[in-house]
Amino acid sequence: MSIAIPAPRSELIEGLDAPLGVLDPEGSRHPSPVLDDSLADVDESALTDLYVDMSVLRRVDEESFALARQGELALWPPLRGQEAAQIGALRGVRDDDFLFPTYREHPLALLRGADPAEVLSVWKGMALSGWDPFAHRLATTQIIIGAQTLHATGYAMAARRDGGDDIALAFFGDGATSEGDVSEAMVFASSFQAPVVFFCQNNQYAISEPVRVQSETALALRATGFGIPALRVDGNDVLAVLAAVRIAAERARAGGGATFVEAVTYRMGPHTTTDDPGRYRDEAEVAAWAAKDPIERLERHLERIGAPIARIREEARIRCDAIAAQVRAGAAHTTAPDTETMFDDVYVAPTRRLERQRAEHLAFVRSVEGLR
Amino acid sequence: MSAETLTLGRAIGRALSDAMDADPAVVLMGEDIGRLGGVFRVTDGLQARFGADRVIDSPLAESAIVGTAVGMAYRGACPVVEIQFDGFVFPAVDQIVAQVARLHYRTHGRVRMPLTIRLPYGGGIGSVEHHGESPEAYFAHTPGLRVVTASSPQEAYSTLRAAIASDDPVVFLEPKARYWTKGDVDVAIVRDIESAQVLTRGRDVTLAAYGSVVQTALEAAAAAVDDGIEIEVIDLRSISPLDLDAVVASVERTGRLVVAHEAPGEASVSSELITSVVERAFASLEAAPERVTGYDTPYPPSALESHYLPGLDRILDAVDRTLGRRSSRTLLRHEPSERARDARPAVLEGSAR
Repeated sequence: MSIAIPAPRSELIEGLDAPLGVLDPEGSRHPSPVLDDSLADVDESALTDLYVDMSVLRRVDEESFALARQGELALWPPLRGQEAAQIGALRGVRDDDFLFPTYREHPLALLRGADPAEVLSVWKGMALSGWDPFAHRLATTQIIIGAQTLHATGYAMAARRDGGDDIALAFFGDGATSEGDVSEAMVFASSFQAPVVFFCQNNQYAISEPVRVQSETALALRATGFGIPALRVDGNDVLAVLAAVRIAAERARAGGGATFVEAVTYRMGPHTTTDDPGRYRDEAEVAAWAAKDPIERLERHLERIGAPIARIREEARIRCDAIAAQVRAGAAHTTAPDTETMFDDVYVAPTRRLERQRAEHLAFVRSVEGLR
Repeated sequence: MSAETLTLGRAIGRALSDAMDADPAVVLMGEDIGRLGGVFRVTDGLQARFGADRVIDSPLAESAIVGTAVGMAYRGACPVVEIQFDGFVFPAVDQIVAQVARLHYRTHGRVRMPLTIRLPYGGGIGSVEHHGESPEAYFAHTPGLRVVTASSPQEAYSTLRAAIASDDPVVFLEPKARYWTKGDVDVAIVRDIESAQVLTRGRDVTLAAYGSVVQTALEAAAAAVDDGIEIEVIDLRSISPLDLDAVVASVERTGRLVVAHEAPGEASVSSELITSVVERAFASLEAAPERVTGYDTPYPPSALESHYLPGLDRILDAVDRTLGRRSSRTLLRHEPSERARDARPAVLEGSAR
């Protein structure tokens, strides 16, 4: 796979005038000199996998959103509209590459093998994080926006020092680009040629604030100031995202350092289930983005190339129904942890002070129970 | 094992060097720690010895120094980062408090953060603003962090080795006013990072301090001997968690407690220590505990620092107050009013009990 990003500083950024893409909303494939080399191996079977992955992600999101509305989950940050960006990124790296997600990429843990009950436990308030980050090579969900870009950079620095060829990928949103940590992460990544991919999903809004409040220029343009090349792609085109992340990942693996990928997309739903986007977005804007739906786009493309679309839809439906049942069961069967676990894992080596508090608390609980 | 005479700063450098020899996972990172050897020369020679991959001169971004160390720890490294001055730690507080301190808890024990954050702290070197601060209480208030300091070259060596060996994140406060203090260091001496140490035995008053104030406390104990007062000096060593058992055991012997530190008194380490001693040893107390701290002001210009820092005289005054004893030095300056004298709780003037 070639590394398509040219070196001269004037050409550090691709897609600035219009995001790069290969699939249009009608599902037609167009050539892209920057992206095409990285998609040479994507055949009908690979397209089907991407379609099923995106469908599964959407179904997990729909089920979880419904569970939150029913009060089964305390909160849910929906990802509808961003399936292509997330799946393109996930499939653009190797399984042993380490991902540093935010709360909105939480369902990617399922696609890395985590149990639905583990994933939902956070949003039920039963756990602070569900899965084993090392088992799935996916860090725990980050809520402080931008903090994980530093963790990914440090991980990548350590990978480079160890001589590994694995890389780190940091997910973050448009709002996070205003945080100092994201700029500091790019400084470190650039200074130390860290094999990290900065993957920005520009979903147009940081809660209610449009991206224009965060930046007057394209977000990808920020990277060039740090000497980091950037690719700006259509985030609703899974092939464009896949290609861009592959380019960035291979460049990192080959010792080329960091790349910034801006996936221009749209969050179709609210920021979280407590948000009301009707207060800050108009319907025409939402409708315009609905017409660019990433899953329908790939479905149309599969039809155009003569893929057995009925069979593919059925395969996706079976997978989606299965995962939806697991999600519902996971939500239903997750139970509150023992009170005592509140005192666990504050330290690797527990302190006498905390052990005393644990004992006092348990004694108090027992004394109250004795009164009932 | 024969001891070597080192300054406290050199003892820290020796601890770093020995830790890097002992464990290839140990990586140092900070501003100017490489070719320059750090602004206090603590890391002098380490980059030449271990290479730029293990002694990393970082860009000037404190949040990133700590935040990338978090990522290194994710991948199995044991990072030791240097924050150049106490006043520069604040941009990194988000990463320290919201990330480093709670990743083990947040991940239910799956992720370890064996990170050591070295932080030169405290006043007394006549420096400018942001170069003399005592931020320990901010960190002591944060569950998941251990906060330790050292009062001598031996303690600096032994405690830093223990901090680096710890699988928990440790904020290691280096009393910069004592960087040039010399003392014997035996590298075979191993310490834990949660026990206080009784440095002098005494029957009259327990005097608890940490970091650079320990030396002042020892001077106070020596001076008090002239008045027939025996002070039991405790070097707390660990600021979080505090070794309450050691302090309570001492107070049960002496009945009196004085706590001294440089940081402002409000919501401070002394607030916590005295509250805990009152909770656990109220019946043993023969006088209200006293504290000698920095005032609740920012560190003043260095010309005024000697008035702000808990010096020998203020500590001895506090000792006198716990003994219900008029300070001989105060007497020389001005006679307290009759009313003030009558208000004193007990009549023990002129003699130790």
